[in-house]
Amino acid sequence: MADTMPLYEVFVRARRGLEHRHAGSLRAQDAEMALQYAREIYTRRREGVSLWVVRSGDIVASQEEDAPAFFDPADDKPYRQATWYKLPEGVKNL
Amino acid sequence: MAEAQDLEARFQARIDNEERIEPKDWMPDAYRKTLIRQISQHAHSEVIGMQPEGTWITRAPSLKRKTILLSKVQDEGGHGLYLYSAAETLGASREEMIAALHGERAKYSSIFNYPALTWADIGAIGWLVDSAAIINQIPLQRCSYGPYARAMVRICKEESFHQRQGYDIMVSLATGTPEQKAMAQDALNRWWWPSVQMFGPPDDASTHSARSMAWKIKRYSNDELRQKFIDQAVEQAKILGLEVPDPDLEWDEASGHYRTGAIDWDEFNRVVAGDGPCNRERLETHRRVHEDGAWVREAVAAYAEKQAARQAQQVAREANAGEAEQSRRVSRGREL
Amino acid sequence: MSLLDAVVGLADDALVLGHRLSEWCGRAPFLEEDLAIANTALDLLGRARTLYGYAETLGGRNEDEYAFLRDAPEFRNLLIYELPGDDFAAACARQFLVDVFDDLYLTELAASRDETLAELGAKCAKESTWHRRHSGEWLNRLGDGTAESHERMQRALEGVWGYHLELFETGPGETRLVASGVLPDRGALERRWSAAVHEAIRSATLDVPSNGRRVAGGRAGEHTEHLGIMLAEMQQLPRACPGANW
Repeated sequence: MADTMPLYEVFVRARRGLEHRHAGSLRAQDAEMALQYAREIYTRRREGVSLWVVRSGDIVASQEEDAPAFFDPADDKPYRQATWYKLPEGVKNL
Repeated sequence: MAEAQDLEARFQARIDNEERIEPKDWMPDAYRKTLIRQISQHAHSEVIGMQPEGTWITRAPSLKRKTILLSKVQDEGGHGLYLYSAAETLGASREEMIAALHGERAKYSSIFNYPALTWADIGAIGWLVDSAAIINQIPLQRCSYGPYARAMVRICKEESFHQRQGYDIMVSLATGTPEQKAMAQDALNRWWWPSVQMFGPPDDASTHSARSMAWKIKRYSNDELRQKFIDQAVEQAKILGLEVPDPDLEWDEASGHYRTGAIDWDEFNRVVAGDGPCNRERLETHRRVHEDGAWVREAVAAYAEKQAARQAQQVAREANAGEAEQSRRVSRGREL
Repeated sequence: MSLLDAVVGLADDALVLGHRLSEWCGRAPFLEEDLAIANTALDLLGRARTLYGYAETLGGRNEDEYAFLRDAPEFRNLLIYELPGDDFAAACARQFLVDVFDDLYLTELAASRDETLAELGAKCAKESTWHRRHSGEWLNRLGDGTAESHERMQRALEGVWGYHLELFETGPGETRLVASGVLPDRGALERRWSAAVHEAIRSATLDVPSNGRRVAGGRAGEHTEHLGIMLAEMQQLPRACPGANW
């Protein structure tokens, strides 16, 4: 059906030195038009210096029902955080 | 059954804990439906809202005003787009939502069923309608549904100039010639009550309010938001030297709020039900534009199909020749 | 022709096309394109305002007097800009032809010996490069889309063809400004324009029209009927309230 253009996700790099961040989505029939519309829609107020567009359908995402297996195991490894370690009084530069 | 209850409890706990719900999360069907209804209605309002102001882009009385108005109406189109995208994360496609609008199964803000008759209406819409919209939208930035909340953050940021440009027009008219001042007063007379009604019926008559509050889709009651608007707008009208068209309006010292006369909810219900001055015309225009564009949308689809077929052929050829595909303008490959 | 007249002519070109594009707001085939057209319209309106501003410093009137208080015969825009373009194919066809021209012309204008024009040329050439990229994609998509879009685009090209020739005409008295390096030589751009446009049309599976029509008169104030109708709408309010500030 002609009326269903694929959905694209738009990522904008706001300034050099920053990462591209998800800004939103749009519909376009192909990559070139998606890129053009990303510029027209998401950088109207000088929001960016670089753009990515990616077809939403091409994103591989973790699933909510897998979340416990994916993310809970990290919960019991506080030793990976610097704040977990107690330092003797007066130690500097650690 | 126990599992469903468990899911629902976890969902509500998340909301109570001020965590956001994201698209892939389990959510009650009614939550999903409520959001699709509300977000698509919001999106339609942005897009239908382009019409009354849009008719003045070609008639704006100075190049400065023309430029500002065009960028404002364009923003509204953008906001419609952000909102359609947010609703799409819930499984409603933009085409379905537009079909629902055309089939009169979906609504849009009733305010846009009033006509923009003079240039002063552009001032009044920006000042009153956008002020009311912003008062409604600011709490939505903390709505429990992540994509809606994020769209609202972007929209509120962009919209901050909208009400100012409207008030700026009102200032120029109110301090202008007697004809201009009369034009401003006339616009205030016509837009005041519909703007007050934008917050919806009183809390005791509002059908969806309680549940939406529990789900943190809504954070303040209609009455609270309406009162906030009235208190602001009455003061702003004073500075313009214009008179709010409500003989019963008075300052209530005890509560620290303005009290208005009776709001005509019959009229509100009549316009919502389809019998406002412009209901048919707004919908008809939207349908016509959509139909007029059908051949263009078909063309881009056909072109994309042909290009994809050509690219597939080319890849096959180049694979034979041992060459890598190079795209001309869109750089593909490692970006990170 | 004085520098002032030349600047007003360029300003009128930008205003009239910007206005035509602004008519599309809320009427594009889909929302994404609606925003794109408005961006182009805003670029052109901005361009017009900069040029009118420059005209005022050269002893001319202010931007709103130019835009709202002149009758059609006093407008100096080329005719191609005032054609209605209310059909999407017609809007795209005209846009592509003028975008290719503006891209070439403004790039040369950036080297003008007039500092203000050079600065404007450099800024606006970037805009037109973008516009051309966008309208070029539409030429392809409509030309090589469906049978219906192909036929509509071909008809649209035929409709605008001939008006483009005025883009390459050096107006009365403009010769001096060209010779002194203030304005680019329009005639000298025709070969590059034709090469680019003809190739793009063919690559979009369309035919280069050959109707042999030659339309001109804009710089002398001889316009089509369309401009008067456009101005009647655009100017109505300021003319109804003389002396009012908006």
